[in-house]
Amino acid sequence: MKVSVEDVYFSYPSGVEALRGVSLTIEVGEAVAILGENGAGKSTLAKHLNDLLRPSAGRVLIGDWDTREHSTAQMAHRVGYVFQNPDDQLFERAVRKEVAFGPRNLGYADAEVEQFVAQALAQVGLEAEADTHPYDLPLSQRKLLALAAVLAMQTPVIILDEPTTGQDAAGVARIGRIIEELKTQGRTVIAISHDVDFCAEHFPRAVLMAQAQVLADGPAAVVLSDGPNLAHAAVEPPQMVRLATELGMMARPMTVDAFVDALAAERGA
Amino acid sequence: MIHVENLTYTYPTGSGGPALRNISFDVPEGQFVALVGPNGAGKSTLCYALSGFVPHFYNGDISGSVMVAGHDIVKTELGDLAGEIGLIFSNPFNQITGACYTVRDEVAFGLENLGVPRAEMIPRVEEAIDLAGLDGMEDRSPYALSGGQQQRLAIASVIVMRPRVLVVDEPTSQLDPVGSREVFELLDSLSRSGGTTVVLVEQKLEWVAVHADRVIAMHEGQIIADGEPRAVLASAEVERLGVGSTRYTQAARLARRRGLVTGDGVLPVTLDQAVEYFES
Repeated sequence: MKVSVEDVYFSYPSGVEALRGVSLTIEVGEAVAILGENGAGKSTLAKHLNDLLRPSAGRVLIGDWDTREHSTAQMAHRVGYVFQNPDDQLFERAVRKEVAFGPRNLGYADAEVEQFVAQALAQVGLEAEADTHPYDLPLSQRKLLALAAVLAMQTPVIILDEPTTGQDAAGVARIGRIIEELKTQGRTVIAISHDVDFCAEHFPRAVLMAQAQVLADGPAAVVLSDGPNLAHAAVEPPQMVRLATELGMMARPMTVDAFVDALAAERGA
Repeated sequence: MIHVENLTYTYPTGSGGPALRNISFDVPEGQFVALVGPNGAGKSTLCYALSGFVPHFYNGDISGSVMVAGHDIVKTELGDLAGEIGLIFSNPFNQITGACYTVRDEVAFGLENLGVPRAEMIPRVEEAIDLAGLDGMEDRSPYALSGGQQQRLAIASVIVMRPRVLVVDEPTSQLDPVGSREVFELLDSLSRSGGTTVVLVEQKLEWVAVHADRVIAMHEGQIIADGEPRAVLASAEVERLGVGSTRYTQAARLARRRGLVTGDGVLPVTLDQAVEYFES
């Protein structure tokens, strides 16, 4: 589903101006990473996409719905939002119930709910914890549970706020695989992340925010290798870009494989 | 500064067996040690054991000995450790007292409890706020801060106590890359010029590789490797047990497998090492 953010301004009641004229069009099935320093407006922007916040000026369209004309409950059919802190999201007494809450609330039939719950738990690797109390899980698994609860809602748009924090190597790899699956299903994936290497590996497009505005927006390989812009947004280039740059290579690889391919090409092997 | 011998610990709810199994290691004063490993390996539990939360807060069964800054942790009450051992939790929301209206008061809270005189307290609070990068936030409510700012506040309220041993559990999980760099550089300078002994739990291996003097890798409650960052983090066995590896190591390993580099030297774990590795 297409997402359009049109010249959006937003100020918090404290007077802090968190978005100043942000425009962004995300096509159906695109995977976009939003990066930038703490306080740049990333989470504020994301919260506009499911109507948790409404623009002071400008508008946000999810498909043909203007968020100002739909309730947050309606928007939940189209946009799933995985919070940065899972404890902001989890409230049920069992993992299975937590994951079932979303699809049931959206009006899916019992059989479908059961199927979506089973799928989502398998995707995040929590099948064996279906009867566990969410707060008996460690933080890294509560985070996966929060993700499962949103996956089960089958929304065409999924927003992930800092999906990899607190995950170990296996957890990060798992989240990477889930994002790849969502991409092949044609769902629109928008992630906010400080993990620039992870963004480079899984998101073809990157948006850089600084001081409540969009600083750069384009192919990840371009945005994430633009040193001055990255520095301005308090982001550092991905490890493979730094290595290729230091070695005087022409390529700006986003992945380990791309780096080694470029090395092979440049060394004529 | 730290002496751990045959430490085995089981949580009261520990149906899966001990969280720490026969752990032994020593850390000299001023060393910067990183604990790495998959979730559930026992890293946070070891942090709690070094700061007295295990066993005093969590209870459970403990055997072996833990000596930190001259204190026998098992026999010393938590309150008597407060000025000397600082623990920074991975989740900053757990660290904030809820008893203070401003960032300044929050940072002063620990010193107030230790009975530090006001004249000494004020400059120390200012210094800690400055070191943690919170200038200008002094009068804000701790709850009006972003996740990243709360993380800095948690750091400020511990370093203000000037602990001899600083135990830090994933201090940068909410910070942007530049903020993370600042925190690692702060820990670096506390250990290098301040003589503070630092024990850090961290998943961001590219930072561990650059800043730590030593890396201890854990898996299922045990130490599986202990040594120089490069020796530990470039080990295929350590990576296989879920510790992970930096992209520099992954690139070197792949390039070697594809025959693009020759030799069988130790793989790189940092940018500088990778540059040298690929240029040679």
